[in-house]
Amino acid sequence: MASRSMWRSLHYSAKRRVVSPAQYRCFSCSLRAQDQGKTDSEKMTHFGFTNVPESQKESLVGAVFSSVASSYDTMNDLMSLGIHRLWKDHFVRTLNPGSPLARRHNETEGQGWNILDIAGGTGDVAFRMLDHATNVNHDRQTRVTIADINPDMLAEGKKRSIATPYYNTGRLSFMEANAQTMPSIPDNSVDLYTVVFGIRNFTDKQAALNEAFRVLKPGGVFACMEFSKVNNDLFNAVYKRWSFSAIPLIGQVVAGDRDSYQYLVESIEKFPSQEEFRAMIHKAGFMIPGRGYEDLTGGIAAIHKGVKPLA
Amino acid sequence: MSVLARQIAPSARLLTPVTTAPACLLPRHFSVLNRPQPNYPGHIPLTFIERGALAVGSAVGSLINPRRGDLIATLGEATATPYFIYRLRDAMLSDATGRRILRDRPRITSSTMPLPYLRSLPENSVGRTYAAWLDREGVSPDTRSQVQYIDNEECAYVMQRYRECHDFYHAVTGLPIFVEGELALKAFEFLNTLIPMTGLSLFAMVRLKPAERERFFSLHLPWAVRSGLASKELINVYWEEVLEKNVDELRRELNIEAPPDLREIRRMIRRQQKEEKQRMGQQTA
Repeated sequence: MASRSMWRSLHYSAKRRVVSPAQYRCFSCSLRAQDQGKTDSEKMTHFGFTNVPESQKESLVGAVFSSVASSYDTMNDLMSLGIHRLWKDHFVRTLNPGSPLARRHNETEGQGWNILDIAGGTGDVAFRMLDHATNVNHDRQTRVTIADINPDMLAEGKKRSIATPYYNTGRLSFMEANAQTMPSIPDNSVDLYTVVFGIRNFTDKQAALNEAFRVLKPGGVFACMEFSKVNNDLFNAVYKRWSFSAIPLIGQVVAGDRDSYQYLVESIEKFPSQEEFRAMIHKAGFMIPGRGYEDLTGGIAAIHKGVKPLA
Repeated sequence: MSVLARQIAPSARLLTPVTTAPACLLPRHFSVLNRPQPNYPGHIPLTFIERGALAVGSAVGSLINPRRGDLIATLGEATATPYFIYRLRDAMLSDATGRRILRDRPRITSSTMPLPYLRSLPENSVGRTYAAWLDREGVSPDTRSQVQYIDNEECAYVMQRYRECHDFYHAVTGLPIFVEGELALKAFEFLNTLIPMTGLSLFAMVRLKPAERERFFSLHLPWAVRSGLASKELINVYWEEVLEKNVDELRRELNIEAPPDLREIRRMIRRQQKEEKQRMGQQTA
């Protein structure tokens, strides 16, 4: 695989500059101080099938998503043959945003939900949630904050929000943030925390889960939809071949970017299984309802849920 | 092999045998989940089906959106095997300059082809014409994408060399930048290098206006056929060494007929149309 050249091309074309890790220590002549100190001391993580220092994963992923932002939805339709729309509709329907909440006695705010959509740059899940709350539950006070680490994806989402009825209202806001630390969001303030097809790109998933636990209200729901492991072997064989052969090819022809889509399918491969991820959610402190996950389309995608315990 | 090549007439170049069995006709022994190691940086080994799909996809994509130069590049790579790129490589091996190019592996980038120097060369020189063409188009030599889908490492370089020299072909034939000129150059390249992508690009003539298409068939295509068959292999020109040479002299050496001056033709047509309109105006007045 062209992993080395892919890393190189993404690294040098990243829209964000990679901060050099070189340390300069005054008054020290030891070899360690003069050494650039890159790979030995830094923790490595995976970027697709290659290993990269943790500090660089963020900018590499940033480059991937800046590159795919404009053709994101077209590519999603082509890669999943349109099924991603069904998945997202099902995800929102089962969460039922905007339905009446059992009010805690110390809450003074209005009836609506406070939803935080992480890695929701282009807004397709956020808009669905607002539509569901408004049209199905007749709740015009539910609001969604879309947070994404990548400004190009956010810009795409802002562009799309203009066509929705929520543009320029208090119900939709955009925020550039890293899900691993979000100091601007107060503790215990969010009713529903969603992350759809985003968490596999995070450098430290456990840190993001811990942060989710912090910002959710007691009784609040953590919901995550992500690509997962297919349970049927024959279907898995077909699915893997589609992933590693057709998807980068479609990326090349439609978006002119094979490497980003190669990264995407490799990152799917690297993501933990349904049981492993459920264990990570539990480790962050969430209570796991029922089985904890729901397989979609044979396990190609899975919806994970967790509830923050009351007190 | 080289003795034979010298005795064979240029038009029989199309029939010279290849020296190695095309590797991609042998059965593929890898699956897409377990690709072999790359043969050169940036190499992506593809299976037969993948290559076919890439060829079809890039052909359709580049026809729909002609601005996708990267698709034209991938079309060239996907259709170059089994036979054509090997034939081109062997044509280089049969010529002394070609062999030198294959040994030196020169690359054309903005650092190896410094534009300020090229602009300073005498008026009708190859280098000056090339620089002027780049300036007019607003492109730099760095815009050519890397070869990725050709398995043989040497053939990948041959394809890369062809791609980087394309602008020089513009300079030496004097064909301008509009679609008509590009198509005429592609026809010429097809007959000269036999790369299938150049021939397939001619399908783009459906995008020409009727007058342009008529001109293409009556003027450019015959010129391309004549020159393409009569001229020597352009891939064997060591462009870095002929930068100071006069363009007309190089054209004579390579046996390329000067193409119909497209700008002059269009100017003439415009003049005729203006005269027609004036005459009509006078008649009605």
